[in-house]
Amino acid sequence: MRSDRGSWGRVISGGLIFGAAAVFVSLVGMVEALGVRVIVIGVIDFGRLLLLLIGLGAGYQAARRGGGGVVIALLRGLLAGAATGAGLAALLVLGSEVNLRGMFINASPALFEIISFGRGAAGVPLVVAAGAVVGVLGAAATLLPGTVRGPLGAGVTATIVIGLFQELLQIILQGEEGVRAAIRQLIFVPEGLPPRGALEVFVVVLVASALWRSRRPVVRGWISKRPPRTQRLLRLLGLLLAVAVVLVLPAAGGLFVSQVLVLVGLYTLMGLGLNLEVGFAGLLDLGFVAFFAIGAYTVGLLTSTGQYGVAHWSFWAAVPVALVVSLIAGFLFGLPILRIRGDYLAIATLGFGEIIRLLALSDALRPWFGGSQGILAVPKPNIGGFEFSGPMQIFYITLVSSAFIAFVAARLRDSRLGRAWMAMREDEDVAEAMGINLINVKLLAYGIGGAFAGMGGAIFAALLGSIFPHSFNLLISINVLALIIVGGMGSLPGVVVGSLFLVGLPELLREFSDFRFLVYGAALIIMMQVKPAGLWPAAAVRRELLKEEPVGAVTEGPVAERAEA
Amino acid sequence: MGILASQQLTKRFGGLIALSELDLDVAERSIHSIIGPNGAGKTTYFNCVTGFYRAEEGRTFFNGQPIDTLTPDKITQLGIARTYQNIRLFANMTCLENILVGMHPHLKSSWMGAILRTPATRQDEAQAHEEAIRLLQFVGQRGKGDYLARNLPYGEQRRLEVARALASRPKLLLLDEPTAGMNPRESMDTMAFIRRLRDELGITILLIEHNMRVVMGISEIITVLDFGQKIAEGTPDQVRNDPRVIEAYLGTRRGVAGVGA
Repeated sequence: MRSDRGSWGRVISGGLIFGAAAVFVSLVGMVEALGVRVIVIGVIDFGRLLLLLIGLGAGYQAARRGGGGVVIALLRGLLAGAATGAGLAALLVLGSEVNLRGMFINASPALFEIISFGRGAAGVPLVVAAGAVVGVLGAAATLLPGTVRGPLGAGVTATIVIGLFQELLQIILQGEEGVRAAIRQLIFVPEGLPPRGALEVFVVVLVASALWRSRRPVVRGWISKRPPRTQRLLRLLGLLLAVAVVLVLPAAGGLFVSQVLVLVGLYTLMGLGLNLEVGFAGLLDLGFVAFFAIGAYTVGLLTSTGQYGVAHWSFWAAVPVALVVSLIAGFLFGLPILRIRGDYLAIATLGFGEIIRLLALSDALRPWFGGSQGILAVPKPNIGGFEFSGPMQIFYITLVSSAFIAFVAARLRDSRLGRAWMAMREDEDVAEAMGINLINVKLLAYGIGGAFAGMGGAIFAALLGSIFPHSFNLLISINVLALIIVGGMGSLPGVVVGSLFLVGLPELLREFSDFRFLVYGAALIIMMQVKPAGLWPAAAVRRELLKEEPVGAVTEGPVAERAEA
Repeated sequence: MGILASQQLTKRFGGLIALSELDLDVAERSIHSIIGPNGAGKTTYFNCVTGFYRAEEGRTFFNGQPIDTLTPDKITQLGIARTYQNIRLFANMTCLENILVGMHPHLKSSWMGAILRTPATRQDEAQAHEEAIRLLQFVGQRGKGDYLARNLPYGEQRRLEVARALASRPKLLLLDEPTAGMNPRESMDTMAFIRRLRDELGITILLIEHNMRVVMGISEIITVLDFGQKIAEGTPDQVRNDPRVIEAYLGTRRGVAGVGA
């Protein structure tokens, strides 16, 4: 171990780094902008919560590093938290002496009011003290046994989530009477979540979580003693319940939620496709939006009743064509880059994405693709008179196609082709020496991955009713790549989780939209540091991460399931 | 002509001649070793045979069929498999999956079959799993099918690599320093294992090895390379007493060139 002085110095410098983070989010305007969203009325808003979390993080990490007893750990937390507070205090002092707004336009009086608890420069000692207290709390979290920390964390998280989404929840729970109204009146007041409601939520979730923790082994034991048929029935029941919840989501959540969900669905479709290329086959692709565009334009051209429509087909007839066209586009796309590897592949694919967008935009092709004015009057899909007129209806198309595509992806993953992809990802030369035809396998990865994204594009065209080249910019490719990294490379549920977090959340928390890419960047860095395998890692990786002994014999587990099938 | 025959094979890297007019003939069902100082061209020869490198001159035949212009995957499909000097498993795949990849050439299922899970695909996969489990048992790794390859201990990684090579049902197996990094006991086990491959499965073995005790103990024929040229060939006894071999390994009276080339 290093000397005591050295380790205390590290605690302080660690705290100052968190302090710098707090100053940063303040000066970029996040604290003030997010402050609009009140979490608990009169207690805390989103902006303050952000600062609070940074303070907690400082205390937490300081206490986790190095040994020492309880008192030492708390002291470390106190010191780190105080250092974080000192960072903000320094900003406060500076802000009251100098006019920072010339350089930092977000260093507004409102911001200083938030930071200083409304006391201006006189609030400096208070800020440092508050930092210290929060730091101690963060440190205390490391000392609690799991049985206490788990329920406590669940309670706090639930309260924050309910507070954050109170508007949405109030819409879902609207109505004059009945269960929904009763729940609403129990927790919320029309303006939001009052402290009383927050406390209720906290206590209920805390108790429920504690109960679940103590009863879980009993329940598990009970289930494992049932005959296999009952177990399968229970599992099926759980699955049906989940499906039912998803099915009523648009109706319960209303138009806005449906819109967000459709967007999540479209990104899931693209994510599944890119996951196949990058996660399974290891082929980095930064131009993935091209396939999305090809799918959208194919459906647009085939169905549009406007100027550029060529066939006036129905949506359902156009979708298979869109799939085939994007599949072929994938093959063609793969041909010139078969021999390119690594970084060069990233650059080459980046170019492809831009080429497709520029082709759609170009004046030369304007008579066919409409140039910058795009293709208008794409009709909505309909079945026997039922029109999928808006997001609330199109959600179901997205859901069904995502489920179908995920199913196909899972089958491919567990097949001979899937293994060939993974072998190629691990070591291209050896894969070839194993008798794998790299050309076939690569082209199939680009083609099938492209077709998945083409499906997304087809729905996108129907959703918007019009297609413009500028919808298909590089940022979409980057979003999709980010979401599969956050979700977990090569993991199918990870794609859904990733798009919920990176696409759904920022849409629901509108205040975030200005800081979207800042948050993406931070999320990616934090993911790489804390959970490099993603939020929901692929099965094999997860087993290793959990340090679980892999199932004893090959006659058990997922491999055996596959063998049975 | 044996199962593998190279004639006048020459491979250059720029000005460096890695293999120079090499004639090599491997008899079917033999255990044949290639030895020589570092940089003698042993691994280069393996890379030429398996299609990683393309020789500038000369020809190589496998079962009488020329293989010089074929890609690595085609050569594997003909029945040549190999292991690597520095282990090259698919580290993030399970042991079973590694072996299943090895079986790739003789599995039939197409991608459409995989999506629809047709009866033919199912049968194909079920048989492949059975065979993979048998292979795991054969290399003494029963029950380790679900481990990620990178988490196996070193010696087991070497054996898994052999199992993966065997999965392609080779007629000729090229082993690149199979006992590198092993202690004497493990080396002896590996020797016995290599003999089993030949005796029980009838596979011809061509191996590169530095451990002289292994080479002398196991080989029927030894070819000695130095600076890309064949300097000696024969039974272990013949090679051991060949003055040119001694010179290549220990240097001449005039200097100590040789070993560290």
